[in-house]
Amino acid sequence: MFLLFTACFIQIEAKVKDINYLFFFSVIVVIIFAAIVLYHMIYPDGNRLIINNMCMLLMIGFIMITRLSFSKSVRQFIIASGSIIIGFFVPDIIFKFKKLRDYSIVYAILGLVAIGIVLLLGSATNGSKISYTFLGVTFQPSEPVKILFILFVAASLYKSTDIVHVMTTSALAAAHVIILVLSKDLGSALIFFVVYLFMLFVATKNFVYLGSGILLGCFASIVAYKLFTHIQVRVSAWLDPFSQVESGGYQISQSLFGISSGGWFGLGLFGGSPESIPYVEADFIFSAIAEEFGIIFACIMIVICLSTFIMMMYEAYRLKDRFYQLIGVGIAVTYIFQVFLTIGGGTKFIPLTGVTLPFVSYGGTSVLTTVLLMSMFEGITVIRYEESYKDYLKRKKERQEYEENYEAYRQE
Amino acid sequence: MKKTTKHTDRNDNNKEKFSDKPYPIIIISVFFSAVFICLISYICWYSYNNKQDLVNNSHNTRQAILLAQNSRGSIYSSDGQVLAETTTDSEGNESRNYPFGDLFSHIVGYSTNGKAGIESLANYYLINTSIDLSKKVEAQESGTKFPGDSVYTSLDVNLQQIAYNQLSAYKGAVIVSEPKTGKILAMVSKPGFDPNNIEKEWDSLINSDGTELLNRATQGLYPPGSTFKIMTSLEYIRENPSSYNNYSFNCTGSFTSGTDTIKCYHGENHGTLDFFSSFAKSCNSSFANIGLSLDRSSFGDTLSDLMFNDELPLELNYSKSSATCNESMSTSDMMQLAIGQGTTSMTPMHLNMITCAIANGGTLMKPSVINDIESADGKVVESYSPTEYKKLMSSEEASILTEMMKGVVETGTASRLKGLSYTAAGKTGSAEFKESSSDSHAWFTGFAPAEDPQICVTIIIENAGSGGEYAVPLAKRLFDAYLEN
Repeated sequence: MFLLFTACFIQIEAKVKDINYLFFFSVIVVIIFAAIVLYHMIYPDGNRLIINNMCMLLMIGFIMITRLSFSKSVRQFIIASGSIIIGFFVPDIIFKFKKLRDYSIVYAILGLVAIGIVLLLGSATNGSKISYTFLGVTFQPSEPVKILFILFVAASLYKSTDIVHVMTTSALAAAHVIILVLSKDLGSALIFFVVYLFMLFVATKNFVYLGSGILLGCFASIVAYKLFTHIQVRVSAWLDPFSQVESGGYQISQSLFGISSGGWFGLGLFGGSPESIPYVEADFIFSAIAEEFGIIFACIMIVICLSTFIMMMYEAYRLKDRFYQLIGVGIAVTYIFQVFLTIGGGTKFIPLTGVTLPFVSYGGTSVLTTVLLMSMFEGITVIRYEESYKDYLKRKKERQEYEENYEAYRQE
Repeated sequence: MKKTTKHTDRNDNNKEKFSDKPYPIIIISVFFSAVFICLISYICWYSYNNKQDLVNNSHNTRQAILLAQNSRGSIYSSDGQVLAETTTDSEGNESRNYPFGDLFSHIVGYSTNGKAGIESLANYYLINTSIDLSKKVEAQESGTKFPGDSVYTSLDVNLQQIAYNQLSAYKGAVIVSEPKTGKILAMVSKPGFDPNNIEKEWDSLINSDGTELLNRATQGLYPPGSTFKIMTSLEYIRENPSSYNNYSFNCTGSFTSGTDTIKCYHGENHGTLDFFSSFAKSCNSSFANIGLSLDRSSFGDTLSDLMFNDELPLELNYSKSSATCNESMSTSDMMQLAIGQGTTSMTPMHLNMITCAIANGGTLMKPSVINDIESADGKVVESYSPTEYKKLMSSEEASILTEMMKGVVETGTASRLKGLSYTAAGKTGSAEFKESSSDSHAWFTGFAPAEDPQICVTIIIENAGSGGEYAVPLAKRLFDAYLEN
């Protein structure tokens, strides 16, 4: 990982010949290395694969963003390091503060207020109201609201899964989704919807909920398609980007040009022209990576994302505490679905939704949120480890009792 | 006793635990894994299959990157003469040079102000290079660009020259191809332009009323006139497989059904005709009569088989021919259709493809103009072998049509091809394009030798007169040149 990073850095340095880059890269290496070592020291029971994958993806992101824009990369780095430092405390909070599960309604209200404010007061970028500026800092609330949303759903569904309770929870979750749709933040709306659906499925184990949820989702998509012209534009750009290259299909066309010109092994850093894709550092970072590092590398990166997801699901599977299990599933699904939307959108697999690739893409709020989500997950792993340890102690005790009994029986 | 109870207890515990397991988690994991496997396969498949199209897209700025590294490759004729090359002057300025000027203007095309012809078709190869790494190092040391890959075409300079000269000042198009391979040997469209001066003349070319940039061979839509009787005959044979020989008609120079009248060319009176002589003499009256006897929906199907109103297997820019036949057509429309007049229109290339299929026992080979792609140091990068496109008609139908087309040469309108060292087969046409005027486009489409077809020629000369008088002599020149050396 560090070797790859250094090699890429040398290539960038050779191209730009600027001492600031050297300094910047050294700092990144030190911080990431420190993060990995410290995590392992402070939380020896945490899941190392998840942390290592996270750092790997962050570093791929830094290389690509630095190649595209140095100042953006520095900004990204400052936010990421801040998030990692905050992240150090999160597992401890999760682990010690067991009352988290009692505030379901508080999470929902906070979340709804945050995204509601954006809907009413937010500034529109590209037709979507997704951010607002507070004290000079532009903020994208739909990102951190993901955390609140997962906490809310987990806390609510963990209590009970009878039909009335499920319905009220669903209504509140639907309120989130509707506000996001009204803000025209379709990517986030879709993520919230899918996360809720799968968390509900895990909580209830009921295929009827899953099936009716999917049907409802399809119905809602058709209605949304009929109502909103910008969805129609996206869908038609997805079906045939090249005929509309001057209008709606421009981004996706340029993205496809980038991926294909990279070939299997890529054109090398600075060899391609990913700048031709609008918003390349956020929504289309995958295309830039495929162009300059090659399709094979890009696919390996997808596999890293997928392995992170599977590891998270495995951890969640082994958890006994249903509340933490639901949080784990929520985080894992949020993560992997966002990866799917970004990569699928940029490669014309699905219509474009305009979400970022977790850890890799440029975007302060996004990095902060995903690092915090992963830290929360580490907290859950610590709990899982403790559970297993308690379980082990219990079994050990049982075994001892059993052997004592057996011994006693033989002696009789 | 104590021991056994303990054991069952533990087993029950295990069972309970299993049914209690959160199996939805496994389902979700498997679901997302499957989705991502699809996604990865899709990415690989898509970028592999569409690479050329994507690089060729004019909105792709990455072409400029390739051209900054590689100089555009050359295009050669089948005997190795340069049709297009990039030359670099002493100051390192590149220019595209076309040694034959406007001779190959449409088929070779141009590469500035957009792209056309082979320059567009093979653009991907021309701007990429496949030379060895060692050659690349050499080029880098001497400070020159890497040479792009070269395109070897099937074009024959001699045939192209004959077609070009014989068309002289007329507007029109000539296509020469090999029916057994689908290779295009010559393609001329007049008026043309000189690709060497395309940049200078661009504004006047696109602003003028003329159609110099249009490749008439593939994009020009003409009324097919009597050459369309090939399609009408094919349908008649299909509907009357055993009795078409019994057909008989008495031509009085015109044919009337209700209020509509069809006249023979120059009002000629053909007398008593059977099916073969109707075709050989190209009798409009007789074919209007045949047309009215045809089953309309079945004729519509035959026209679809022959790729009317449909895509052609052609990579060059082309127009779609149109000929419709359905139940709602009037008697007048039906008679016009049978003789290739009215709203029916066709490109010369399409007619050439149908003629090739007849010459090749009913099977159409996919037309191609590129033999292979070679790197500048002589490695074959990509080689194209002839491929079958589809069977347009049965071999029996093809051989009946061949006999009929031989009859055109022996006793009919193409008699100027009679008595040569080879037997030719073909069909003429004199397509009227203006109401109430005797001006007509001269058509000929045919092949030779009829027993073992080697070469297929399609000619249209605009506003020249009858096909037999003006187009057939040109075909004779081309057949002579190809078969007598």
